[in-house]
Amino acid sequence: MSAPIQANDATPKTLTEVYRPVTRRTFLKGTAAAMAGMAGLVAALKPLLALARGELTLDTLLQKHYRELTPPELERILKSLEAKCKKEYGVRPTIRAPQPLEGVQFAYALNLGRCVGCRKCAHACLKENNQSRDSADDIEMSYIRVLELEKGEINLETSTPYYNPEQVPQPGKYYMPVQCHQCRESPCTKVCPVQATWQELDGVITVDYNWCIGCRYCMAACPYDARRFNYHKPKLTPEAINRNQSYLSNRIRPKGVVEKCTFCLHRTREGKYPACLEVCPTGARVFGNLLDPDSEINYILKNKRVYILKEDVGTHPRFYYFFEK
Amino acid sequence: MTLLSLLVLVGVNAYARQFVYGLETTGLTNQVSWGAYIANFTFLVGVAAAAVMLVIPAYIYKKEFMHEVVMFGELMAIAVILMCLLFVTVDLGHPERFHHMIPPFGIFNWPGSILSWDVIVLNGYLLLNLHISGYLLYCRYRQRQPTKRFYIPFVFISIAWAVSIHTVTAFLYVGLAGRSYWHHPLVPSRFLASAFVAGPALMILTFQVIRRLTRYWIGDEPIFTLRMIMTVAMIINMFLLGCEIFTEFYAPTVHAAAARYLYFGLHGHHGLVPWIWTAMALDFLGLALLITPLSRRIAGLNVACAACFVGIWIEKGMGLIVPGFVPTPLGQVVEYLPSLNETLVCLGIWAFGALVYSWMLHVAVPIMNGSLRADPEKPAALHVAGSAAQPH
Repeated sequence: MSAPIQANDATPKTLTEVYRPVTRRTFLKGTAAAMAGMAGLVAALKPLLALARGELTLDTLLQKHYRELTPPELERILKSLEAKCKKEYGVRPTIRAPQPLEGVQFAYALNLGRCVGCRKCAHACLKENNQSRDSADDIEMSYIRVLELEKGEINLETSTPYYNPEQVPQPGKYYMPVQCHQCRESPCTKVCPVQATWQELDGVITVDYNWCIGCRYCMAACPYDARRFNYHKPKLTPEAINRNQSYLSNRIRPKGVVEKCTFCLHRTREGKYPACLEVCPTGARVFGNLLDPDSEINYILKNKRVYILKEDVGTHPRFYYFFEK
Repeated sequence: MTLLSLLVLVGVNAYARQFVYGLETTGLTNQVSWGAYIANFTFLVGVAAAAVMLVIPAYIYKKEFMHEVVMFGELMAIAVILMCLLFVTVDLGHPERFHHMIPPFGIFNWPGSILSWDVIVLNGYLLLNLHISGYLLYCRYRQRQPTKRFYIPFVFISIAWAVSIHTVTAFLYVGLAGRSYWHHPLVPSRFLASAFVAGPALMILTFQVIRRLTRYWIGDEPIFTLRMIMTVAMIINMFLLGCEIFTEFYAPTVHAAAARYLYFGLHGHHGLVPWIWTAMALDFLGLALLITPLSRRIAGLNVACAACFVGIWIEKGMGLIVPGFVPTPLGQVVEYLPSLNETLVCLGIWAFGALVYSWMLHVAVPIMNGSLRADPEKPAALHVAGSAAQPH
């Protein structure tokens, strides 16, 4: 261990190497290399020329978090978003920012005995919430995934959302739609590094699409596969766009941000039902205010056989599944 | 250097495309939302942490011969952390919004979000290594004794800090109760064990390159000390792997679906099966070489290092990140393969790390062997031989 180590010392040779003077030749070589490097860098960055004007502005960079915006700032932002949508999609929407109602805690229940797996809810969700879609049949970005399971099975690994028989319901199967459960102990809001997603007073978990940095940690954290990411700028034809929009829910998202079901807060905070419930042909869905003792949702929770998906993960969701008897 | 620069430019070009069109240029989907970028990030945090395996023998066990190489480990940690930060940045949907994380303008979700902890520990580790290596190189350049209290406390902090960077990175995954493949205590344990194999492996190979290409001789003792560390860490790593495999496969549970997908395929999808078994083969080859006298010869040791490095890279990347997403929490199996653009960005970042490391060595080696110093006229006041006369 104590054998002499080869000396790492300065020698005349190394000194000459380090301190060799700059000659005309080395200067020219260096300059040529630097210029080649710069040219290469400029060439490499060429794709940036395609960046749409107005996509990256000082205004958007300096915009504060939604919860810190003053009312006039919010107004200004809503107007500029409306103008942006007109410019990018050819349709001018109305974007509002409805506040949570007093004395309201939303909850949702789904009657597994009645769901027939028609997926009308998944399609209605897309029409209502302006998610990106390649065609009318493309339901990948819908906030609702309807799973087909064998009767008697609860193991989700045996489920499929891609069932496509002639008719539903198929014999021996049952159907379970899954969307954001707006969990009381949500893993998604816990892991977001910038608090771009949070739970509002009425229980809905929202995303500020102008604050989200697109790290997708919330997607990794969600136990219900409820969140979607805009891997590209949303593709929407003008006819497909729903013009009644709100800042925190169904306005058209920019690319690179996460989105999810908001219990259609632009509807439910104004006394309407979520789009999925309205369209359900069998009445399998129940939505309402937990703080209202006479609400249908409270009746269900008190009187029906109710259970929670993945209860062992400890999320305490606001979404319940039940059977009639 | 030219080749590396070219690769970096190719990576920059690929990233520019991604910045404009969005992450659709990658192979990622809603179902598998983290892939090659985060996989490389995770693996490289481990390599960065392994600089501690040079510091401990040098400063705690006072092995004088390690002092000649600690600097190379610290400089490697700097280059590797820069790569980690780049990998995270290219993974973001909106990298220009990173200021949303920095108070007072931004909101920093600490202590709730483990990602916020990771930001702190990774940047802290970068600063620690920049300070220690910068200070010591500067003192050497100025031909003066470094003042102990300006670097010794930081060296000891960096030992604990190195362990923390990889533990916190592991906790990113472990905390997610919805993904049972990640939600167990062996994840951080294997992270550290495999990091202390992969890091020294890279260093052993790098030291031989330094021997050959620079005027700085690295003796055999540091290399074989690293071999010993690697061997112990690899034995622990493989033992923990055995524990993992037993737990996942002894009883047929639903939790083990991801492990089944990884090792045997699930419902007709076996994209990762060849990868993981290659990794297993490389790991066992590396282990066999390390625990036998075959690795006492430098050729055998080099094969062991390369095998372990690649095997662990596969395991931490494709073997850890992707199976966490397969099947999805709702049971869907969607496979993932990085796209060409994604691969080019990764290559660009790896090339950038190698380039940064070479640049640092181009300055550090002449300083360390005394050729580059503040006053070249004066003869060398500090003798490097044996490093006994010169602390670190």
